[in-house]
Amino acid sequence: MKTLYDKIWDAHIVHSESGKPSLLYVGLHLVHEVTSPQAFEGLRLNGRKVRRPDRTYATVDHAIPTKNRNLPFADPIAAKQVDTLRQNCKDFGVQLFDLDRIEQGIVHVFGPEQGLTRPGMTIVCGDSHTATHGAFGSLAFGIGTSEVEHVLATQTLQQAKAKNLLINVDGDLPFGVTAKDVILAIINRIGTAGGTGYVIEYAGSAIRSLSMEGRMTVCNMSIEAGARAGLIAPDESTYEYLNGRAFSPKEDDWDNAIEYWKTLPTDDGAMFDRTVEVDAAELAPFVTWGTSPEMSVTIGERVPDPAVIADENKRKSYERALEYMDLEPDQNIESIPLDRVFIGSCTNSRIEDLREAAKVVRGYKINSSVNAMVVPGSMQIKRQAEAEGLAAIFEGAGFEWRDAGCSMCLAMNDDVLAGGERCASTSNRNFEGRQGRGGRTHLVSPSMAAAAAIAGHFVDIRDWRFKEI
Amino acid sequence: MEKFVRHTGKAVAMDLANIDTDQIIPKQFLKRIERSGYGEFLFYDWRFTPSGELIEDFVLNRPEAEGASVLIAGDNFGCGSSREHAPWSLHDYGFRVVIAPSFADIFYNNSLKTGLLPVRLSAEDVSTLAGRSKDKPEYAITVDLEAKSVSDSLGYLKTFEIDDFRKYCLMNGLDDIGLTLQHESSISEYEESSRQTQPFLAFS
Repeated sequence: MKTLYDKIWDAHIVHSESGKPSLLYVGLHLVHEVTSPQAFEGLRLNGRKVRRPDRTYATVDHAIPTKNRNLPFADPIAAKQVDTLRQNCKDFGVQLFDLDRIEQGIVHVFGPEQGLTRPGMTIVCGDSHTATHGAFGSLAFGIGTSEVEHVLATQTLQQAKAKNLLINVDGDLPFGVTAKDVILAIINRIGTAGGTGYVIEYAGSAIRSLSMEGRMTVCNMSIEAGARAGLIAPDESTYEYLNGRAFSPKEDDWDNAIEYWKTLPTDDGAMFDRTVEVDAAELAPFVTWGTSPEMSVTIGERVPDPAVIADENKRKSYERALEYMDLEPDQNIESIPLDRVFIGSCTNSRIEDLREAAKVVRGYKINSSVNAMVVPGSMQIKRQAEAEGLAAIFEGAGFEWRDAGCSMCLAMNDDVLAGGERCASTSNRNFEGRQGRGGRTHLVSPSMAAAAAIAGHFVDIRDWRFKEI
Repeated sequence: MEKFVRHTGKAVAMDLANIDTDQIIPKQFLKRIERSGYGEFLFYDWRFTPSGELIEDFVLNRPEAEGASVLIAGDNFGCGSSREHAPWSLHDYGFRVVIAPSFADIFYNNSLKTGLLPVRLSAEDVSTLAGRSKDKPEYAITVDLEAKSVSDSLGYLKTFEIDDFRKYCLMNGLDDIGLTLQHESSISEYEESSRQTQPFLAFS
């Protein structure tokens, strides 16, 4: 009896011997501009090639501007990094989805969208949010640049097997509670190091009921719970999403692939090293108040008071976080005024996220004190959202409507919070300075972010008055 | 990769849990295409004001931290992104060892490939060593990878766990790619077998 993780692991072992890490075959390697230049340079210095250019795909997302992309970059260092990727892809025969391509987008958005991501596959990328692809039942994780070079050269990775952690989310998600709230609740429960050393499998009826976009949101933030990878077993929703995508298997290959994919889900009675049960019906919309994704409360709760925390280290970290965030103990979450709203990132920039946010925004204008923007995850999503009329809703309400990229999730380009600015963000990290030095980030779902943009402060999306127009 | 066998150096303690990669090396410094030169940006937002002036009371900026090469930190050190720039910046700044009760997985892994040794000790031991480094400005710690031990001149001596294969690679400064390519025929066999048994999964 094996878990989904065990099955994928076993199917990709190239070589193993006792006392050494296993050599694991990599099915798909996604590459972007920030963590690859030193790896390609390493290949060059050693006279090595990219072993499998047909399993290596690149795009630009982290450092690129999200407006005026037809003009030369204002940042010459970012421009050099992008040019370096272009040259590397050319020299090593890697397909690049560059700024002029409709496929271009955040690496974890464009992979699934193009059907590069598949169930049962091993996927790596020099980015910690690679676990996103686990939504398809792929074993996907982030690697460092030395490992990027290793994969480019050998199409394998030296890996020790992790432990199995099952997170069962059963029950019906209440109205207004999204995939983002599910993963924020899990991180709140097990902590940012709770999944360290594990691969998480998310299961249960609430997970099954999520769309592929929702499942990607859940798996995406596995690393925020310390786990390198998070998986969801493939099912009909997975096949429906992948069917007909550019790189998906076609015709007979498709039927054969499905037959194989159906063998992947965890066997009944397979052993997990640890199991966590979450009751979906008890969940509510979450807002982070601190500088770690585990520092969160539901919208009806208040900012915690460090004084009542017995553990000294935890108390100190709460005090430090409150000081950085400029919040008071017991402050009402809804009373927190906002300067910025960011809807985007590999966590929440897919078409379903934009639809959810647009539903909230329809018929409203954003608050005059708020500067808000929507950054679609890929140019394909951008065009789709325009065709569906979502862009018009956002722009009509006063949101900026940008081109695809990581943008203010990590603020490597010029989408940056100024010191002291406070942002409701659909991204994945609220670390100090993450969105700009001195900037204050509150992580929320797309609908909560949209409502906050209109109200100028957090509101409970469950009480929102949706306008039908 | 630079070899790591044994190191004795001045220790400095940062008593915080969850020190993340965005603190270790803020993103504005990730745009470079080189592997070196990140040391000056280590903990940039904690070391410097927004206008670039030194923040004198930050622990690494104090005169007694000058020349420190062993960093003592709290739980879950290096959480966050997969950027290898984090261990590169620590190493380039002069650190050779980080001692903490626990590390984030990707950071731990990346460090071993950079010649920076991450050492896990119990929270109690980390707290003891941190206390000694604060009490005594020239406090030094010795880390012996061969013996898998951490010691000081005040009688502290404990062993730590590290994967034997990683230890061997670090002690010999071995290149992972070179080691893997010794199994090139296994990789080719795996690829050929996949082509035969699962042709429907090929990328065309």
